[in-house]
Amino acid sequence: MLIKKPDDIKSSEITPQSIYEGRREFLKGAGIVAGASLLPGIATAQVGAGLKAPAPAGLQASPAAPWLREKFTSVSPAPDAEPFFTEEALTPYDDVTRYNNFYEFGMDKSDPSSNSGEFKTDPWSVEIAGEVAKPGNYTLEDMLKPHDLEERVYRLRCVEAWSMVIPWVGFPLADLIKRFEPTSKAKFVEFETLVDDDSMPGIRSRFAIVRWPYREGLRMDEAMNPLTFMAVGLYGQTLPAQNGAPMRLVVPWKYGFKSIKSIVKINFRETMPNTTWVDLQAREYGFYANVNPAVHHPRWRQDMERRLPQTLFDRKVIPTLPFNGYGEQVADLYKGMDLSRYY
Amino acid sequence: MRGVRSGVFVLALVPFGALCLRVVQNDLGPDPAKELSLATGEWALRFLLLALAMTPLRVLTGRLEFAQRRRMIGLFALFYSSVHLLVWMAFLLGFRWGAIAEELVERPYITLGFAAYVILFALGVTSPRVMVRRLGRNWRRLHRLVYAAGVLAIAHLVWIVRTDLVEAVAYGSVLLGLLAWRVYFNRGAIFRRLA
Repeated sequence: MLIKKPDDIKSSEITPQSIYEGRREFLKGAGIVAGASLLPGIATAQVGAGLKAPAPAGLQASPAAPWLREKFTSVSPAPDAEPFFTEEALTPYDDVTRYNNFYEFGMDKSDPSSNSGEFKTDPWSVEIAGEVAKPGNYTLEDMLKPHDLEERVYRLRCVEAWSMVIPWVGFPLADLIKRFEPTSKAKFVEFETLVDDDSMPGIRSRFAIVRWPYREGLRMDEAMNPLTFMAVGLYGQTLPAQNGAPMRLVVPWKYGFKSIKSIVKINFRETMPNTTWVDLQAREYGFYANVNPAVHHPRWRQDMERRLPQTLFDRKVIPTLPFNGYGEQVADLYKGMDLSRYY
Repeated sequence: MRGVRSGVFVLALVPFGALCLRVVQNDLGPDPAKELSLATGEWALRFLLLALAMTPLRVLTGRLEFAQRRRMIGLFALFYSSVHLLVWMAFLLGFRWGAIAEELVERPYITLGFAAYVILFALGVTSPRVMVRRLGRNWRRLHRLVYAAGVLAIAHLVWIVRTDLVEAVAYGSVLLGLLAWRVYFNRGAIFRRLA
């Protein structure tokens, strides 16, 4: 394994030009706001200004490294059309950040937001391993430095038959992968989530049946698809812990559990990785886990979904689409495959 | 004692009242159908275990009140499981009868849960004193099925566990304890029958 040597000038001390220019934009924006109001919360809310989905007014920024927050001053807004944007109503910030499956923090949907107070995302490093020309341990800052952030509004379909519409901030996974120069042997990418007993109470549970760390994977062509996204934020803000801070995968045509959170390792492999859910229940979960209304999960029927948020008297139950509505972009990846067998 | 009876009755309705309040106030979170089905299912299981605890409590404390409340508490288990079933049919499946029929057959945990419900329903219908008299010895035989309902309910719970068994283990241990007490308490009769 190759460990990067520190340069004479710390990379954190170099301000890339895009951020430098973005900072001017930010200062201009902040100036206008300061003229209008002296409330400090508003300046935070302005960070997402210009995006399709800016942060809700008065939102307290989640704790993140200063260099990362600065990167958020120049995010390019989502385009106007599918597949990188959808007109569907956004799931409000509070629901996106308080209704989560992140079993390292507990079993209930509200556990990740209430139990993640001790979670630290700075410093953070990611190990690149396996079939690549440039393996090593990289700091998150080095990892993200060359990538400009963009906004994408995607549908998220959970295998439990609920769904949300979420405005992510991040960059295409393909751009990241290319930098590490995978070899011709790299047929699959495997990801791992952090395991930290101290800050993740779910891991301390004696009755957990998961073998940590949480692992997920993609076939190389799936990983290189333009839809596949590495998210570092949502609603124009850095990710809260419960949503997978500081960096998580978003694969919108697959069930949510494929979109692994809080990544600490990316491993390039020749063979299909053994993922957490397949490991736990191979009869129930497959490696591909593409959203498919025609193939029911043994526990949940998949032809409909509950779009959140809903109330009992205004239940938005809508039909689930093949590949979660992204078939035009990804159906070709599975040509000739029997999707009821490779679920 | 009339006072104790009404007291228990009102107390048993408190969780239902609290849930109704949350419905009215729209305080069930972004996925209320799921939340409501989880909450009503858990209360149904709690009342079923509570009903099973009445006889051991009577024997251990010598207080007859426990035996006298057994039927009411059992009926509350039926009440909460009926609400649980209705919530599932109405809010999770929107009364799509085709889908409901498919779920009952194709999802094993739903089949098990429904089997537990059918038992509780049969016990509820045969709970009035008239039925006890009419069924005679068969009443006891029929009502022994409550143990099967308990086991089915726990299996229903275990089967929906995704990553952590802690709740299923907790409720399962209570059931196991209650069953073990019965085996121990009736060991004489059991050995005689086996001999």
